[in-house]
Amino acid sequence: MATAQRPVQFHSKQISMAHGAGGEASRQLVEGVFLPAFANSLLNPLADAATFLIPGGRLAITSDSYVVHPLRFPGGSIGELAVNGTVNDLAVSGAKPLALTAAFILEAGLPADVLREEVRAMATAAERVGLPIATGDTKVVEHGRADGLYISTTGLGLVDPRVDLRPDRVEIGDCVLLSGPIGNHGMAIMLARAELDVEADILSDTRPLTHLVAAIVEHVGGEIKWMRDATRGGVATVLNELARDAQRMISIEEEAVPVDSAVRGACELLGLDPLQVANEGQFVAVVSAGMASRALEVLRGVPGGEQACILGEIIAGPYSRVVARSAYGGTRVVDMLIGDPLPRIC
Amino acid sequence: MKYVDEFRDPTMIARAFEEIRTLADPARHYRIMEVCGGHTHAIFRFGLKDLLPPNVELIHGPGCPVCVLPMGRIDDGLELAGDPHVIFTAFGDMMRVPGSQGSPLESKARGADVRIVYSPLDALKIAEANPDRQVVFFAIGFETTAPSTALTLLKARANRVRNFAVFCNHVTIIPAIRAILDSPDMRLDGFIGPGHVSTVIGCRPYEFIVRDYGCPIAVSGFEPLDILQSLVMVLRQLRDGIAKVENQYARVVPWEGNLAALRVLAEVFEVRAHFEWRGMGFISHSALRLRGEFAEWDAERTLPIRGVCVADPKAAQCGEVLKGVLKPHQCKLFGKECTPEQPIGALMVSPEGACAAHFKYRGAPQLVTLG
Ligand code: SF4
Repeated sequence: MATAQRPVQFHSKQISMAHGAGGEASRQLVEGVFLPAFANSLLNPLADAATFLIPGGRLAITSDSYVVHPLRFPGGSIGELAVNGTVNDLAVSGAKPLALTAAFILEAGLPADVLREEVRAMATAAERVGLPIATGDTKVVEHGRADGLYISTTGLGLVDPRVDLRPDRVEIGDCVLLSGPIGNHGMAIMLARAELDVEADILSDTRPLTHLVAAIVEHVGGEIKWMRDATRGGVATVLNELARDAQRMISIEEEAVPVDSAVRGACELLGLDPLQVANEGQFVAVVSAGMASRALEVLRGVPGGEQACILGEIIAGPYSRVVARSAYGGTRVVDMLIGDPLPRIC
Repeated sequence: MKYVDEFRDPTMIARAFEEIRTLADPARHYRIMEVCGGHTHAIFRFGLKDLLPPNVELIHGPGCPVCVLPMGRIDDGLELAGDPHVIFTAFGDMMRVPGSQGSPLESKARGADVRIVYSPLDALKIAEANPDRQVVFFAIGFETTAPSTALTLLKARANRVRNFAVFCNHVTIIPAIRAILDSPDMRLDGFIGPGHVSTVIGCRPYEFIVRDYGCPIAVSGFEPLDILQSLVMVLRQLRDGIAKVENQYARVVPWEGNLAALRVLAEVFEVRAHFEWRGMGFISHSALRLRGEFAEWDAERTLPIRGVCVADPKAAQCGEVLKGVLKPHQCKLFGKECTPEQPIGALMVSPEGACAAHFKYRGAPQLVTLG
């Protein structure tokens, strides 16, 4: 399962930005500090959502905080993210979202209109998936103690009885599916921060994944073995987590990776690997070989799933690693992201 | 991206590999250095290394600007960054490079105002927008990035921006190549010449490699096919027993270089008597500093910089790896004390650094045989 073979030690003397970036450092923080203190059977798998049996079904619960700068960016805003992100964590756990809670940390001086706009964005995003925002909380901190607005949401969902998602079900020959083009969210944010004077028309891909996931659950159900949304750290990071948790080797085809041309161009320019750039509207699923083409067909038939693809497969190999093969047979290791993606110039 | 895709065409690439196999004499061992970090990165990124015949060995050279920056310069820069009056700006490449007291990113986390810029002009803009702060641009790079620093300084002078200073760490590639060729423990058969640097300096400066050392060199682009074609050029020269400077990257690199850029460089910079390279020691005439006319914008003249010399950790063998004498995994710290997460040498930080590239392949030596 998700707990590492060897207990992880957390050596850093202080928290650095890398600990929040979703890559290797974040993993060390979670497994070296939180996991040893909280260890329990619900938490230990470190899934996107914890699931537990109740009479009549399996509940999923997940929670996430949203700190993003700038608050609004091309293609979305913090409010929309705060709903979609948590909805997606439920979706990739095979759960239908039931209700959401929202907690706000507001910085004194935040214009009321900005807050109003984000609340409206949340309402719209929640309506889109028919989800009530059932309860919430608000705290205000002094000016200068927060970056305008932080939102934390918790989602409750009911797991579809047909799904059974576990890394230990992943076998050699299974196919890795990806829901669509990658890198849009991370690049949109990076460019919107305006520190880099690079202009490109890139929109965040923030969206709910519920309908896409529901469609494949409907048609291939139990043949889906593992799912995750590829947020911070990108597809590279979730695949590395899968490789480690399933103790399997994963091979992807470089040519198969769907990347919009503007994103590809910006990545080339900044020396970034699209596989390591964050998404807010894409997920990766492992499906048994026999049902993979069916799952792909289903995904492609759903609006928003047209660019879904089979990214690669689980292969026999002695290493729990992810490798990418180029069209001419070259192979490279696809690593987890370390820290935040940083542009390279020279 | 059509233009680039051409140079990733699988059939053309297969053909180039075939040609390399035909040219490489099985009785010989070839040691060919790619000078530029961008090439090192591409070689790993496109998985070229494992597809070459085993007797064609690629040696990773010193052409990664952050990898050759000595710790002392980073410490000096971060000491400036520690002043709350200062906004410290640098390229993203620099952010994780360790000095003896940590990296720029760590300084930022401790509260220093450290900002990533994509161009020195952005740093100048920050200065103009914050007239009450001192903005320092930590300039790094070879002749590739030096012209944009020079243009920025010209603009700073024209606009009379007084609160802007450049901490100049620009280095030049030719003396480093000469230092490698002169190092006694080194034997190289040929070079893949830097692409970006050559767009500025052209191909002529490499003629001494051919003339004085009898080594073939092909200036190369960064796509897989570029690199393979350059290897073909070098191997063909070796087969024919000749040595010359060839320009594989002629679509971008003019033989004479970029005269306008060279003029700007000459106007703003002068050559330093010597400069320390991380792991390689002091190399004469290997770096640039601001000319006297630009003293006002020269952090080394106007701001308190101590010019500290910090020795690398004893066991670190960055120098040997930089010169291609040791393979990264032969360094005593490789993968133990020194990892991309907790790097000791810059070679472990930059994706262009040989150690970081090798680290990705740790424990996975026979990947190619898997598919
Ligand atoms: S492993 Fe670390 S210390 Fe050793 S040569 Fe590489 S960067 Fe330097």
